[in-house]
Amino acid sequence: MTKEITITLNGTVHTLEVEPRTLLVHLIREELGLTGTHIGCDTSSCGACTILMDGKSIKSCTLLAVQANNTSLTTIEGVSPDGQLNNIQEGFKENHGLHCGFCTPGMIMRITELLEHNPDPTEDEIRWGISGNLCRCTGYNNIVRTFANHANLIVGRVSCVRK
Amino acid sequence: MIPSSFEYESPTTIQEALDLLEKYGDEGKILSGGHSLIPMMKLRFASPECLIDINNIPGLSHIVLEGNTVKIGSLVREAEIEHSDLLLRHYPIFADVTKLIADPQVRNRGTIGGNLAHGDAANDHPAVMMALNATIMITNKEGVREVPIDEFFFGFYTTAVQENEILTEIQIPVPPKGTGSAYHKLERKVGDYATAGVAVQLTLDTNGICTEIGIGLTNVNPVPLRAARSEDALRGKKITDETLAEAVQYASEDCNPSADLRGSEEYKRAMVGVLVKRMVHKAAERAIAAL
Repeated sequence: MTKEITITLNGTVHTLEVEPRTLLVHLIREELGLTGTHIGCDTSSCGACTILMDGKSIKSCTLLAVQANNTSLTTIEGVSPDGQLNNIQEGFKENHGLHCGFCTPGMIMRITELLEHNPDPTEDEIRWGISGNLCRCTGYNNIVRTFANHANLIVGRVSCVRK
Repeated sequence: MIPSSFEYESPTTIQEALDLLEKYGDEGKILSGGHSLIPMMKLRFASPECLIDINNIPGLSHIVLEGNTVKIGSLVREAEIEHSDLLLRHYPIFADVTKLIADPQVRNRGTIGGNLAHGDAANDHPAVMMALNATIMITNKEGVREVPIDEFFFGFYTTAVQENEILTEIQIPVPPKGTGSAYHKLERKVGDYATAGVAVQLTLDTNGICTEIGIGLTNVNPVPLRAARSEDALRGKKITDETLAEAVQYASEDCNPSADLRGSEEYKRAMVGVLVKRMVHKAAERAIAAL
């Protein structure tokens, strides 16, 4: 038996019929066609499926689509609707914060929430903050640098992001 | 991985949820944060006929001080505990434990009630609740019953919560002045279950006597374990190298770890000892600061 749910995805309201066992990440990728959200481990370890639900970062492989009823979701496609890179994305590009890119959307969604609560994180807070996101290419250092540089930008410290 | 088919209900009152539990019996499962249950369903270790989602029931997300008791609703998320001034003021142990539970995204969903009701000795809150002497409030159609934490864990994934009941609140006594608490678990990586974990809360008087102490152990026994002999070795005494050595030895002896990828039985017993020592010291430092 299906259930009717209403979600707001990147600002657009969708009313859908879903099977209760449909995972949110499958709804987003397969029903709604937004494939920027990745499926990595499928066991809530790797963070590649991280999206924002009502502003909070969550792993969409471990949430049922029905649990997202009446919530507002943001995926990587929604962070810069005008097609331009936002500051965090630009920072990843400038600091070589990605290599294969598989973890990047989840990383960016997680970082978005963290900076929302803590605009000036320490390196320790950054590393703990992305502890739920695995990257097998960068060794994390360039991601942490991206993050720190972004924090520099928003708190007005001297930025070492090359422009 | 996709779970097998099930019905999904999202009641908006406790009464409605209890009706559904009655209807489905042991085929109905409460869905709270879902970060233990959904992975088990994806692996088909669990395949309930109906999920009863309690997230839309108001009145289960409070953290309040009433008299000399802190009350925590079962739907309170780990991330809310992490940032609760009230909890961190009285129980610094929550800053230690929440940071070590899974990862930030999981803590945004995972709940304290689910962590306890899952009945997994590898979860972190059971040991903490033993150290803090919590009482678990369980609601059924007759009303609310209180279960002391020492009578809550029955066995492997089994707790005092019956088929027709819901864990609705956790109550923790506010400790007296001069109390400190601490938790640490040894883990191989972020989000791992503990190789061993130890929770301690203790109270010191102005003469340095340990007047009260609670010690809980994580993942070194089939059920969450209170290190009762270790507590007795320190209660009413000063914490000295001698009394602490005794407490360390008892905890290592009384736990019952099994060898797995995280280490041998001997190694885990040794780590329990190391952590008891460190956490008693850390809790004592905090107790002195709170005198």
